[in-house]
Amino acid sequence: MIEKEALESLRVEQFAFDEASEAAIPAILTKYPEGRQASAVLPMLDLAQRQMRRTTGSAWLPVAAMNEVAERLRMPPIRVYEVATFYLMFNRRPIGKFHLQVCTTTPCWLRGSDEVVAACRKSTGIAGWGETSKDGLFTMTEVECLGACVNAPILQVNDDFYEDMDGPATENLLAALRHGDVPPAGSALGRQGSAPADGRTTLLGNGC
Amino acid sequence: MVKLSVDGIEIEVPNGTSVLQAAELAGKEIPRFCYHERLSVAGNCRMCLVEVDKVPKPVASCAWPVANGMVVKTDSPMVRNGRRGVMEFLLINHPLDCPICDQGGECDLQDESMGYGWDRSRFREPKRAVREKDFGPLVKTVMTRCIHCTRCIRFLAEVAGVPQLGATGRGEDMEIDTHIKLALSSELSGNIIDLCPVGALTSKPYAFIARSWELARVDSIDVLDAVGTNISVDSRGPEVLRVLPRINDEVNEEWLADKSRFAIDGLKHRRLDRPWIRRNSKLVPASWDDAFHVIAARLKGLSGEKIGAIAGDLADAESMLALKDLMTALGSRNLDCRQDGARLDASRRDFYLLNTTIAGIEQADAVLILGADPRREAPVLNARIRKRWVAGNFPVGLIGPAVDLTYHAELLGDGPASLARLLAGEHPFAAKLRAAKRPMLILGEAALARADGAAVLAAAWRLAAEFGMLRPDWHGFNVLHTAAARVGALDLGFVPGAGAKDFSAMRAGAVDLLWLLGADEFDAARIPPAVFVVYQGHHGDRGAARADVILPGAAYTEKHGTYVNTEGRAQRGRLAVYPPGEAREDWRILRAFSAVVGHSLPYDDLESLRRRLAAVHPAFARIGSLGAPGCADPTGPAGDPAAVLPTPFSYPIANYYQTDPISRASPTMARCTETFSPRLAQAAE
Ligand code: SF4
Ligand code: FES
Ligand code: FES
Repeated sequence: MIEKEALESLRVEQFAFDEASEAAIPAILTKYPEGRQASAVLPMLDLAQRQMRRTTGSAWLPVAAMNEVAERLRMPPIRVYEVATFYLMFNRRPIGKFHLQVCTTTPCWLRGSDEVVAACRKSTGIAGWGETSKDGLFTMTEVECLGACVNAPILQVNDDFYEDMDGPATENLLAALRHGDVPPAGSALGRQGSAPADGRTTLLGNGC
Repeated sequence: MVKLSVDGIEIEVPNGTSVLQAAELAGKEIPRFCYHERLSVAGNCRMCLVEVDKVPKPVASCAWPVANGMVVKTDSPMVRNGRRGVMEFLLINHPLDCPICDQGGECDLQDESMGYGWDRSRFREPKRAVREKDFGPLVKTVMTRCIHCTRCIRFLAEVAGVPQLGATGRGEDMEIDTHIKLALSSELSGNIIDLCPVGALTSKPYAFIARSWELARVDSIDVLDAVGTNISVDSRGPEVLRVLPRINDEVNEEWLADKSRFAIDGLKHRRLDRPWIRRNSKLVPASWDDAFHVIAARLKGLSGEKIGAIAGDLADAESMLALKDLMTALGSRNLDCRQDGARLDASRRDFYLLNTTIAGIEQADAVLILGADPRREAPVLNARIRKRWVAGNFPVGLIGPAVDLTYHAELLGDGPASLARLLAGEHPFAAKLRAAKRPMLILGEAALARADGAAVLAAAWRLAAEFGMLRPDWHGFNVLHTAAARVGALDLGFVPGAGAKDFSAMRAGAVDLLWLLGADEFDAARIPPAVFVVYQGHHGDRGAARADVILPGAAYTEKHGTYVNTEGRAQRGRLAVYPPGEAREDWRILRAFSAVVGHSLPYDDLESLRRRLAAVHPAFARIGSLGAPGCADPTGPAGDPAAVLPTPFSYPIANYYQTDPISRASPTMARCTETFSPRLAQAAE
């Protein structure tokens, strides 16, 4: 698996930070004391992955980008590969425009993540984890607890959390994305933040 | 100092010692996989668990510092249980393939499982399997066996300075890999085979060749560079199967360079196993008698002036002395050992030694490297420089073409002219050198193999004098040799006597009979046809190709020989296997021939020859150790420091893997050349 990924990611031979990224780099680097620039490897990789999304529509990290980060931070490339392969948020092969990250950990599962998964499968045609739909729009990944269990189940699309999902809500969301709309993130039930789903139970002004 | 007790034994150890080290000092052995005294502490295998009073859980002793009054138990029920648990976890994903594993019989995991393993498994789930990696022609992987101790990663990053391995992925998907399919390009990569506590990394050329208990082991000395690495030679029957490093903290610590480890398959190829005589421009097999008589006939009537001898890079001191004595008996003083024409000055020993000593590098606080590429000329010594550099506050300056030495070297220029600039204080590095208390310089032998070699030597010496490197308590002047034989030859005086012919004169045809003792490092084909060439050596290389008579000698693994390393340390190599066919130990060949020409050399056995060696130079009397340190006399070598030429320095080794007759005959080294210097490999075809 790793081998295949490595091969694919080798295909992109060139990577250079573009103007927008360059503008962000000094702010990242100054967060770390002189001589400890290697600490910036995570934000730099993230920056590179975001640039890939911006410029190619697919948020992933080719080896060339990892090498560029290594060069910038004056660290051996292998130290960057170690980090990039450790964190699952870094994609080491091209992914779809929308990265569907379905949480299937216990709370989400109890609250119906199976339906979310089934809906994703149905409307994208993706069969298994890690696959990308034929139209190149969606990649579906299984993720562990996203830390938002109180609004379970969660479907994270790129950076945003769509909460309180179920089958139909998922299908609607994907349809909208396919048409180029990006619905607002947050609860599908329309609740405010993580407030109780059936209305407030405190601060009702009646002394409770 | 800290006082503690280990299993009831009271000991005192320095602050900062780990419990594991303290236990060792108390004579208690602690099992370990990830800990290695020459690498940083990783603390990830947990095999070294011990019980420390007042600490509720077992602690990893390698990563636990001692404290006053600590009470350590290394063999309590808690400890044993803990280690058993660790062992069970380690074995969960470890395949049960010891019968087909090359590490079998010398495997730490196997050994420890005898003490802490269980003969059953409670693990019912599928075991993980890891894809093999291709780390190049030397290191074979069976990555499913890996226990993730990270020794290999740490060695390459810390000691070798070529950080190519890492732990990619996470959790069950963690793998030791380069991630981008690199062949490990460190000249020290073979050491990770020794370090790997299991059979995950093994020797590719040695794969499935032998079991450790079938091998006969002989302690010896490596000759493929001038470091004098202490090795053990493992053989079975007539074959040398493996070379491993032996620990010698003064020389190689416990490392061995890849060429020295892997070129040994060259000992089986292109061997000269019988005498040959050239008849009608064709070499034909001959008997020893015939060969001797052809040479004797050619010698008849030749005056000593018309006879010469050149000693090669791998020659042992015994045979060089025998050859010198033979030449003296024949009336010749035309001797040379400097096949590269280096203007080494043999008049005083510290003009040609690495005086600081290899271990002494760790005491230095600045180094200037002149026309040397220690990474390829002496990888193990380079690791010592790097070790010092890693420790910090160690400016490194380099004069010569830019080259990656595995540590940062400030480039100060590419030729000897930069010496003058440094002397004049025109470069900021001069200030660093001046500020240093124990500065040293390393002069490459190749920097002397130029028309202005004598001037370079004098200029380097003067620089050493100017920068306070030549003091009674510190000798910072160093010559880095590339040939194992060279220092011994210089000690013996295997150089032209006054007015006699040197290497270039002899090569150009100034003698009528030229005796090459394993001299292959120059273009022998250019020796004029009129010169009668005797080649005594073990490989059919350049020298043999030009020879009129070939006398088959012994390679370093096939004879008892003394070699003096670049520091001036005489060490003894030992016979591991017998020379092939009719080949003989070299000094015996010379002794036998001397009788044929009526000048019998005055030694009949090795002991008397070695007594003579010790009489010729005291270095040969103190095997394994060095002479007095420091510089007693700062007077420099003859030569005009101002006469240096503007030509840039160049490095002698273009392809690390093929530098001598043995490595040129080695299929493994040929594969390395293909992998790491594809251009050179093509050019050679
Ligand atoms: S390959 Fe060997 S040395 Fe490297 S981490 Fe695995 S077990 Fe340790
Ligand atoms: S379990 Fe899904 S967010 Fe925590
Ligand atoms: S030796 Fe201590 S944790 Fe590995």
